[in-house]
Amino acid sequence: MPFISNTDKERQEMLQAIGVKNFHDLLVNIPEEFLYKELCCLEPGYSELEITRKIKSLAARNLSLEQVNSFLGGGIYDHFIPAAVDHIIQRPEFHSAYTPYQAEVSQGTLQYIYEYQTMICDLTGMEISNAGMYDGASATAEAILMAARKTGKYRAVLSGLINPCYRDVIRSYTEGIGIELVYSSARDGVTDYINLRDLCNSSTACVVVQSPNFLGYIEDMEKVRDTVREKGSPLFIAVVDPISLAILKPPGTYAADIAVGEGQALGNFPNYGGPLFGFLATRMELARTMPGRIVGATVDVEGKRAYALTLQAREQHIRREKATSNICSNQALCNLAATVYLSLLGKRGLQEVARQCLSKAHYLAGRITQLKGFQMVATAPFFKEFAISTTISPGIIIKKLKERKIFPGIDLERFGFNRTLLIAVTEKKRKTDLDELVSALQEVQNG
Amino acid sequence: MARTIFEKHSPGRRGFTLPENDVDYRLDDCLPQKYLREEDVHLPEVSELDVMRHFIELSHRNHFIEKGFYPLGSCTMKYNPKINETLVRNPGFNFLHPHQDEDTVQGALELLYELQRDLAEISGFAQVTLQPVAGAQGEFTGLKIIRAYHESKGNHHKTRIILPDSAHGTNPASVVLTGYDVVEIKSNARGMVDIEALKKAVDENTAGFMLTNPNTLGIFETQIREIAEIIHRVDGLIYMDGANFNALLGIVRPGEIGFDIMHYNLHKTFSTPHGGGGPGSGPIGVRNDLVPFLPTPLIGKKGNQYFLDYGHQKTSFGNVHSFYGNFLVNVRAYIYIKMLGAPGMRRISENAVINANYLMKKLADLFYIPHQDIFCMHEFVASGKWQKEKFGIRTLDIAKRILDKGHHAPTIYFPLIVPEALMIEPTETESKETLDDFINSMREIAAECESNPDIVKQAPLHTPVRRVDDTRAVRELDVKFTW
Repeated sequence: MPFISNTDKERQEMLQAIGVKNFHDLLVNIPEEFLYKELCCLEPGYSELEITRKIKSLAARNLSLEQVNSFLGGGIYDHFIPAAVDHIIQRPEFHSAYTPYQAEVSQGTLQYIYEYQTMICDLTGMEISNAGMYDGASATAEAILMAARKTGKYRAVLSGLINPCYRDVIRSYTEGIGIELVYSSARDGVTDYINLRDLCNSSTACVVVQSPNFLGYIEDMEKVRDTVREKGSPLFIAVVDPISLAILKPPGTYAADIAVGEGQALGNFPNYGGPLFGFLATRMELARTMPGRIVGATVDVEGKRAYALTLQAREQHIRREKATSNICSNQALCNLAATVYLSLLGKRGLQEVARQCLSKAHYLAGRITQLKGFQMVATAPFFKEFAISTTISPGIIIKKLKERKIFPGIDLERFGFNRTLLIAVTEKKRKTDLDELVSALQEVQNG
Repeated sequence: MARTIFEKHSPGRRGFTLPENDVDYRLDDCLPQKYLREEDVHLPEVSELDVMRHFIELSHRNHFIEKGFYPLGSCTMKYNPKINETLVRNPGFNFLHPHQDEDTVQGALELLYELQRDLAEISGFAQVTLQPVAGAQGEFTGLKIIRAYHESKGNHHKTRIILPDSAHGTNPASVVLTGYDVVEIKSNARGMVDIEALKKAVDENTAGFMLTNPNTLGIFETQIREIAEIIHRVDGLIYMDGANFNALLGIVRPGEIGFDIMHYNLHKTFSTPHGGGGPGSGPIGVRNDLVPFLPTPLIGKKGNQYFLDYGHQKTSFGNVHSFYGNFLVNVRAYIYIKMLGAPGMRRISENAVINANYLMKKLADLFYIPHQDIFCMHEFVASGKWQKEKFGIRTLDIAKRILDKGHHAPTIYFPLIVPEALMIEPTETESKETLDDFINSMREIAAECESNPDIVKQAPLHTPVRRVDDTRAVRELDVKFTW
């Protein structure tokens, strides 16, 4: 049997040492009627060679982004990942370690989490980051829970242009404790700030705005901040794209109270949507209301620098039903990938990635909108992604371009935006890739 | 001491280059100044070799399965097959985008469809959602299903979830997140559910009962039928925390013995790596009438085509993830299940149970084991009570001394109902030699407690750092490096 060490002989020796004749004798505590007498209806075991064939043939039935010219985004992005990232995360020292509860033999994990926290703080301009969340959606949901805990208020006002894939998750996480969710309307591709302000009242715990928003447009976060201040200062939660923070103002500079977002773009492949990881950072004043793990620097008994999990009195394994969250892990390996990625790219590398995304997206938007039948949905500035309105149904465009191995973007119809295509551009795109999309769109338009 | 990556910063040094930008658009042309960051982002500038050396140096400061024994109770630190790691690194899996059309991901959907089916088969449930990405999120999902069930029946008076005092901390935390009240009942003298206490706690307001089986003492809860009857009589549902499912594969199917809902920890039972704290995967299995409440989508099959099935959207409680869960983790579990097959499933649990009983037997004269009269399942709980009473040595000290011997420590101070608890789970992948080696170390430590207690109290002596001051980590909070 693969991966099981003991032979039948050793098994028998052990049973003897235990003082029973056979395995069945060890089950005396289980009522006989509960024992499953048959074999589960599973395929018989595959050898390593056979499973390799099977898995490769399954993978071959997928069309990977590596085989197409893809412009899919919507929160999950195909940025280039340097080879060294995967070499580090597949080290068993990292991937087959447990949660770093025994600090003395987990300094490797603890230190990279500390470095991860530092980088997230430096990117977002916040004072404290946790060790990471499951994904951007649950990070946003938990930020709202934090705000409710801090303010004792149970109404959250959200921009109608936060990622619609987050909405359902946010509702799942907040409805149980009775938080009312209110979404603002949009105007010219960005949040309707007046509507956002009007929705805030004295029982509002927080205002949540994403920038760049789901349609790719950059929100005026300073205007949001002023709005919030006018309305009795509910907490301001900013949902941000970490790559954009290499060139865009970080949440700390516009006085956001909590910064969250999807971290996948930092060194993690799209993975068919999972694993991902969320980041969550805040001001020191809110530290004790945070969910999840936090690593702190300290010393050992000899005074040597060392790291340990800290502020654990917030967490479920200590506080049980009074914990700030039920989360009991992070997505540690994904956080490690992000830490290695940011170390490799460094200040200049991340800036270049962001600039190339920006300039290539603008080149493409410029070319597409010169075509008949395609228009930007708004005039607001954007970063690496933009929504265009089309005269032909995006479903038809996607279908036709698939034959040419182009994924032109996401059809936003199911998110309530008719005849709208969301196009994302990363630094991986060459001018020829962008031009190929433009001519394909032109051909579709010409019928 | 390992310097931080920030202390290796050397201005101008590069670890990565991009091709020249081949389109001509300048930052200032694209964005108004007021949106731009004023100061450069603060990240270290280091070479690729600097990065590799740094993280390899950190890696040397971890304990991990391939290095040594990892008997962490309730965590199932079994070996993580390397074939999993090789096969998931395929662009046909990791370069898939969640917004791709279904007809371009047929291989992925087929795999997920089969995994749903296999997990349902192994546990005896009707259907499985692969969406929850962790055990705790699985619990939360299960509780949301309980809530949706009661709401569909107009059971608005149901406000309480009962759980035993031996439950994992995530259980009560998940209950609160769902908006229910926690009612905790005491375990009986044998570490099991106290039926009388349960009867007293149950009333019309009971929405459900959460139980880990085998429980956190590693003991199979024999009275499931009675428990199920008591809970079902008031139309409550029974949730099984599947953290300890490694004991039951091919032996007991929880869906057939009274449980209504269960979560699986694929990172425990089905060999996907723990990753130093994730990513994991916590699918949920449910009985037939609860399927309509599951998150969307499930993976469906029509003819030869696989599809994302949103058919029950109207009755579903909602979602806990934006997409389809931790896909790549699920691929690993799929590989493992296919390789072990039906006989392998049973063999896993048999050997896990034999290994645990063997260790319990051999340690029984060295450490107090409160429930040694009952055969354990895949794990058992010992206690440092004798050592504390006789020599003033705490379980924490014993755990740290175990680190010195080259093993990871067991789970300590849990479950809360056993004082000075040492919860030990060897898993089926460990050999008799490894167990004997651990037994020897425990014998040495038991002897040291008597002959040289100071060495135990000062432990660890041979780890990358000595005992870490975690009170200082709280008192003088330092959570980011200043440079």
